[in-house]
Amino acid sequence: MSHSLTSPVAASTTSTPALEIRGLGKSFPIGGLFSRGSVRALHGVDLSIGRGEILALVGESGSGKSTLARCVARLEKPSSGAILIDGVDILKRDRFQASRTFRSQLQMVFQDPFGSLNPAHRIEHFLRRSLAIHGKGGGSGEETRRRLEELVTTVGLQADMLNSYPHELSGGQRQRVAIARALAVEPQVILADEPTSMLDVSVRIGVLNLMRKLRDEQGISMLYITHDLASARYLADRTAVMFAGELVEEGESLDLLANPAHPYTQLLVSAVPDPARAGSYDPVRRAELRQAVMASATCAFDGDPDQACSVEEPVRHQVGDPGNRHWVRCHLYRPWAGASGHALAGEPTQPNRPASNAQEKASA
Amino acid sequence: MTISQVSFGSHEPVLDVKDLTVKYIGDTRSTTAVDRVSFSIGTGEVFGLAGESGCGKSTIANSIMRLLKDPAKIAGGSISFGGKDVLAMSPEELRRFRWQDVAMVFQSAMNSLNPVLTIGEQIVDIYTTHAGYSRKESLRRAAELLELVRIDPARLKSYPHQLSGGMRQRAVIAMAVALKPSLLILDEPTTALDVVVQQEIMAQIKDLQRELGFSVLFITHDMSLMVELSHRMAVMYGGRIVETAKAQDVYANPRHPYTQALMGAFPPLTGPRIPLTGLPDGVKFRNIPDLTEAAPGHFVAPVGADASVIESANLAGAAR
Repeated sequence: MSHSLTSPVAASTTSTPALEIRGLGKSFPIGGLFSRGSVRALHGVDLSIGRGEILALVGESGSGKSTLARCVARLEKPSSGAILIDGVDILKRDRFQASRTFRSQLQMVFQDPFGSLNPAHRIEHFLRRSLAIHGKGGGSGEETRRRLEELVTTVGLQADMLNSYPHELSGGQRQRVAIARALAVEPQVILADEPTSMLDVSVRIGVLNLMRKLRDEQGISMLYITHDLASARYLADRTAVMFAGELVEEGESLDLLANPAHPYTQLLVSAVPDPARAGSYDPVRRAELRQAVMASATCAFDGDPDQACSVEEPVRHQVGDPGNRHWVRCHLYRPWAGASGHALAGEPTQPNRPASNAQEKASA
Repeated sequence: MTISQVSFGSHEPVLDVKDLTVKYIGDTRSTTAVDRVSFSIGTGEVFGLAGESGCGKSTIANSIMRLLKDPAKIAGGSISFGGKDVLAMSPEELRRFRWQDVAMVFQSAMNSLNPVLTIGEQIVDIYTTHAGYSRKESLRRAAELLELVRIDPARLKSYPHQLSGGMRQRAVIAMAVALKPSLLILDEPTTALDVVVQQEIMAQIKDLQRELGFSVLFITHDMSLMVELSHRMAVMYGGRIVETAKAQDVYANPRHPYTQALMGAFPPLTGPRIPLTGLPDGVKFRNIPDLTEAAPGHFVAPVGADASVIESANLAGAAR
């Protein structure tokens, strides 16, 4: 295996990030004609992904991570903020809907490989269409044929699978086709929203390994959205934790999982099933952490001369050595009650969106 | 030592499944979903059944509850519960067996609550129908039951949509243990929940199990969760059991290549990042032989040159 599983972040962190999100906010109106209520799904999210970097965004259901994915994919119009690719604000450039240029820069891989591939077409059709739409070939020539075969072999499928229909493939193979379709466009950034959560456990690792291989060999940046901390640690260079529509902590994956600074991150890390620490569940500690997430009275970084604590502003404190770019939001800052109550109670998120339609549209 | 004699707790098995075979019979061809599966669960034992979708683990649960519908047919084997033959029960016997002896919590159980009845009414229903208590007595017991899973008894008056997903799942678990069954079947009880809630519910099931002493058949695809909760476990593949042993033994020393692949599919939370492979797409095991005892209490299906064919179909190694 050629994967460099311990390779540090790509060196080019100083240049323009491949994808940068600034102050992204999104609220959904709720209630009827005469009520003015709204749900704050995202608030002031700042993220940046360097070239050839994999960033994982983790959080529980209802934390807003899928809303973020939908905003970045331009399936949802953000209420505020900016999304920059190569330093260009695409919300300003393509004001009303995503342009083809944008689609050729950023591609998506969705959760459900069963819903994102039209069952009436052969695999070849999906890839050929991606090539044709983005002007990268797609005719009947030898050149296109070679490119198609190259694409399927890159994602670990056999060339003769181009003639298969989606129903003939397993979930893992379908997800590989979805990845090949994204690759056909030669994007800089791939946005993967829970790409393995609907796959059988034994093939999940294979898909994660493929994503890492693409980053290593083609330098594609990735935003990997997941609820699975262990897979984030396995795949991503950096991990950002989302809670109640806001980021609470971000750092180098191994460092973040080993030294979680925010009580919410600690809560998440402590809840992952792990036979090595079976029976470590402590209801008292759990209650303390919940209390600290919702209404902390103290901040571990109180007394930091550079950044004073604030109840009003989401101040970012540096954790440990400045070199490892690990920050945590000040504990004193209160999460928005409306969203956080839901998140911690395990309340299911908003009604299921018509996922497969959106996926078909967006991937074209 | 035979498989059915190895059990945690009492040696008197609550449930004994022998050579169970279930077929889905179609017009032109039939599929064997469960193939000669044998296991037993002792009193107070938590037995885990691990495997991926389609391996037959839910079919086994449904066979034990006699919930299989056409085209599924039990084609062979026996299921005995406390000495009674489950497969020979009359409809009246089954009705009693189903809630009083064995209760089941399904994956989407929290959605199985009736949305137009309060939680209280639904619990009272169980007591009046199955145990014949008066309404007043039933209400008193319903309140106790909610306290058992740490839900405020005032919630008896709530409708399901007023509770969070975790609370609903806890209410369903409370209902399942309402009549003190001796066996509780949990079919992916926490898959739809977030990790934090999942851990709290699993801790609660453990407490209930200690308090009430029932046995558990725990079905999941999450090996980490299974090893944490179960005393003994079996790993299924393609309708057959490929390995069964104490959960800690399977975790520390998985012997069958499929079990090893499953264990390797969960990245660790600590230590250095090591490349994992999982099971390459397309690798299949065929003709899995009967289990043999590889170590005391550790049964594995032998993998040999001709005993078991590892078919490196068209994709072997492609995942790498």
